[in-house]
Amino acid sequence: MEADAAKLIGAGIACIGMGGAGIGVGIIFGNYLTGALRNPSAAPAQFTNALIGAALAEGLGIFSLVIALLLLFT
Amino acid sequence: MTDPLHQFQIHVIAPLFSIFGVQFNFTNAALFMLVIVAIICALLYSAFANAELVPSRLQSVGEVWYEFVHNMVRQVMGEDGMKFFPLVFTIFSFVLVANMLGMFPYFFTVTSHVIITAALAVFVILLVITVGIMRHGLGWFRLFVPHGVPLAILPFISAIEVISFLSRPVSLGLRLFGNMLAGHIVLKVFAGFVVSLSALGLTGILGAIFPLGMAVGLTALEFLVAFLQAFVFAILTCVYLNDALHPGH
Repeated sequence: MEADAAKLIGAGIACIGMGGAGIGVGIIFGNYLTGALRNPSAAPAQFTNALIGAALAEGLGIFSLVIALLLLFT
Repeated sequence: MTDPLHQFQIHVIAPLFSIFGVQFNFTNAALFMLVIVAIICALLYSAFANAELVPSRLQSVGEVWYEFVHNMVRQVMGEDGMKFFPLVFTIFSFVLVANMLGMFPYFFTVTSHVIITAALAVFVILLVITVGIMRHGLGWFRLFVPHGVPLAILPFISAIEVISFLSRPVSLGLRLFGNMLAGHIVLKVFAGFVVSLSALGLTGILGAIFPLGMAVGLTALEFLVAFLQAFVFAILTCVYLNDALHPGH
């Protein structure tokens, strides 16, 4: 196999990791909304925590995007 | 189709000097960082130059801006973290204005370069380590040894804690960089669809409405991301600094 083709396939495989980040962010906001509907008065105080959790989950997806970009452009 | 990465190129505006064979240049990145600082200073100065009890519109913007960061720092770090408020406010303002300025067409997005976000993140982590050791001495390293863990698995837990601490600057810098880079590439790719579709004649022009609508929607989303990432960067700075001030678990 050509090295370039392997690189492109690898970049595509690396992007699968972003799907995991999507699932993680979805779970965090879904559970936040579930909790917020059960107890709306406690929701505003926890919104910051939801955002921190989403940012941490999203960061891991960004790692796989960076790997894909490194494979594509180096 | 034009290259979606063209927008991230760094041009030399004026060569400055060279030390030990390393050339220092005034680039468009440096120019935009100066513009960002000038915008922040001008906005905040004109907001509070003629401060009144009943705020004008510009003064309300400045007050909301200030109080937003103030509440964030107080909420996360408590009263004794307030001496880090100027730092967090500076980081938040710089990242926010850099992200927002990058949303204008033909403008350079400073935060889409990993060297700048990495410099910010490494600075924050070095500050966390310095403050932690200054405040608590070597006892600060108890951060890596949580309470109530059985002795048998303590080495593994400590190793995981050390790795998670070391991955903080990497994730802090890469998150901002990746979000801005990916968002801007996606915008340019959809804009490129519009151009290449409308080159196909009348049907293509009618079809180009869909990627155009997508690009408009994505622009709105990017403004949200621009604010959210500045907020996330600032609040994670607070969370990490809180670990230095109050290392107990």
